[in-house]
Amino acid sequence: MAGAIKEPRPAVPQLGTVGAAPAAERLPRLALIGNPNSGKTSLFNQLTGLNQKVGNFPGVTVDRKTGIAALGGQRRAEVVDLPGTYSLYPKSLDERVIADLLYNPLSPDYPDFVVVTVDASNLRRSLLLFSQLADLGLPAILALNMTDVAAERGIQTDLVALERELGVPVVPMNARKGVGLAALRIVMADRLAARPPAGRFGEPAAELRPLLAAIRERFDLPNDYLALHYAHQFGQLHFLSEADRHYLAELTQEYAFDSTAQQAAETVARYAHINELLLEVVTVTRTERREPASNRIDKVLTHRVFGYLIFLAVLFLLFQAIFAWAQYPMDLIDQGISMLSAAIQERFSGPLVRLLTEGVIAGLGGVLIFIPQIALLFAFLAVLEETGYMARVTFLMDKLMRPFGLSGKSVVPLISGLACAVPAIMGARTIESWKDRMLTIFVTPLMSCSARIPVYTVLVALVVPDESWLGIFNMRGLVLMGLYLLGLGSALLSALLLKTVLKARERSYFIMEFPVYRWPRWKNVGLTIVEKVKAFIFQAGKVIVAISVLLWVLASYGPGQRQAQAEAQVQQAAQAQRWPAAETERRVASARLETSYAGTFGHVIEPVIRPLGFDWKIGIALLTSFAAREVFVGTMSTIYSVGQDADLGTVQQKLANEKDANGQPFFTPVRALSLLVFYVFAMQCMSTLAVTYRETKSWRWPLGQLVYMTGLAYASSLFVWQLFSQ
Amino acid sequence: MALFRRSAAVAAPQPVSARRTANDLRPGESATVCCLKDPQMALKLLEMGCIPGTQVRLTGRAPLGDPLMLVLGDEEYTLSLRVSEAVTIQLKD
Repeated sequence: MAGAIKEPRPAVPQLGTVGAAPAAERLPRLALIGNPNSGKTSLFNQLTGLNQKVGNFPGVTVDRKTGIAALGGQRRAEVVDLPGTYSLYPKSLDERVIADLLYNPLSPDYPDFVVVTVDASNLRRSLLLFSQLADLGLPAILALNMTDVAAERGIQTDLVALERELGVPVVPMNARKGVGLAALRIVMADRLAARPPAGRFGEPAAELRPLLAAIRERFDLPNDYLALHYAHQFGQLHFLSEADRHYLAELTQEYAFDSTAQQAAETVARYAHINELLLEVVTVTRTERREPASNRIDKVLTHRVFGYLIFLAVLFLLFQAIFAWAQYPMDLIDQGISMLSAAIQERFSGPLVRLLTEGVIAGLGGVLIFIPQIALLFAFLAVLEETGYMARVTFLMDKLMRPFGLSGKSVVPLISGLACAVPAIMGARTIESWKDRMLTIFVTPLMSCSARIPVYTVLVALVVPDESWLGIFNMRGLVLMGLYLLGLGSALLSALLLKTVLKARERSYFIMEFPVYRWPRWKNVGLTIVEKVKAFIFQAGKVIVAISVLLWVLASYGPGQRQAQAEAQVQQAAQAQRWPAAETERRVASARLETSYAGTFGHVIEPVIRPLGFDWKIGIALLTSFAAREVFVGTMSTIYSVGQDADLGTVQQKLANEKDANGQPFFTPVRALSLLVFYVFAMQCMSTLAVTYRETKSWRWPLGQLVYMTGLAYASSLFVWQLFSQ
Repeated sequence: MALFRRSAAVAAPQPVSARRTANDLRPGESATVCCLKDPQMALKLLEMGCIPGTQVRLTGRAPLGDPLMLVLGDEEYTLSLRVSEAVTIQLKD
């Protein structure tokens, strides 16, 4: 916030206006909070559309999604999407974000009011969280969501009675279809002008009063219930100072405050109160006692045989989609890029043009080519999540994962790791158990992420024939699946290894709610795709293009006079041997590359990687891959485009044309396999290391990943090359 | 209303071995929750709506027998939990 010091909670908030808003004016802020599966994400997407920002990991653990909602007329508000939770007592890292936000009225991020999404078909449980928020003294709106599901089950809610009992506006809606959204916007705009807090549900017991009074006085808190939460959670509130925590620790000990018993008693008492309240609000008329459709679907999807077969089929479809379907748009992008380069080189020449075509455009091509696969993969994952199938996968896989020290909850991060380890490692935050979480984080980068796909596709297409097996299975698809299984197997075995070393710090919970099956909302799927593709282009893409340009410079220029000398030698030999002009040109280019900075670099590490079957050109690509794996293809493209005809457009053609000393194709199946195996295992992603550090708050973990995975890669490639190359 | 008194249902000591638990239910069988044995686990179960007096019904188990699916109350929503968690839910006779 630029400028003046903000008052903690101004009595009348300023309304944000579209257009010429002065920088110091802040938009009113509202927080979206609710149970998991209460339609919170759908509502957030409906309110903000494409006006969303995912905070790039601000703070230590906080990953906040914010957006701007237009509330009609000129009014706008900033919406913060909070993680789904069942109560204000956090049970996972994700949920602690909420405590940090809502328990500190002095924070600049403190919301002006909250919108609580509530599942109308499950009002009793949803109101537990609402009642806690109300007692904190937060102004609130109740978004009574999923009214369609409630109606299906014969549940009627008396809205007038509910509003009267809760003391807040209640808006019935179906966020997935956008029903009730207009009404919600109007009520929200209304709340901005006047924000009476919600009615109270209860006061803490008399015996706690002296303790709470002391806490209120020290921290200047508006009510007893907030003080009670300080007593419960002071150890986890990041905004408290060390002295404050120490004070609270002594105080709670002095008053013999039993957090667990108090919490249990509070929850039971709240439910009793809510039950009473709902007697007059909810009526259920069941026409027929038929099993809900979800339960019947579960009989098939969690069946002992069909369940796993269906899961395997889903995975197989996923790989076919990424490999086969994505190929068409990828070919188009690839051809478009080479046509553009060729067209420019035909018309212009000079070092700047070469920088543009061989450096910038080649690098850009390396970024754009990814988009179809990333979009398809996240579309798949979003649909699995949206339909509720992901929860069933967790259920099916839990017993299978436990021998490896992982839980069913590790399956979702591991599968997300197929797309990208960075969000996957962050997704591991939903795992409450410290040990399960660390194991999952450590092994997730072994899952083959989408950045490895270009490496896999280029090398597989180079050495595996494009034929089908048994008439249906594409051979290349099968090899690709094998590489993925190799990644999965190594992840599981590594977890097993680490499990024996690591000691558990706390017990692990598995308990979770099964969401009912629903059709995916395509808007949510679409927004997920846009968000991921954007993040990739603007975060990874920048690095890739920059490294491509850097590489081009490194490959085009060399230290001192070595390049000029090498060129002169080749020219002399050419005159002596009477080579044709084209031959001379190729040899000059080759000599220049070998004496360039990049070539020098590659030569230095060549002795280390020669036992794996790699030469100095691959050495250059391995080194640049440490910034990000996907750079490999760009590097190969840049390095092999030096010294070959410009007509040879695609990377694959360039690699296929590469000959060894005897004039045979350089990329034999064994050499390609050795390289593939190296890429399956090696830790070659600075972003993953950074996010692991961020999530574990210790350098031990990312360093462990780097050493372990790269060592594994070296050993495996050595094994492959030494065993099969003879 | 004094909200936060200790609840007898949660804290009361029980003869541990005698009671049936949610893990002893046959598929399709219903019973009423009597009490929750493990205080830490109880907090999680309580906030998810599994409170003493609630009706629970076992609808199924994962193919390897663990975890299991439990439908809570008359609101027909399903929890998934491990056997080790289900045994902390003790049932009324």
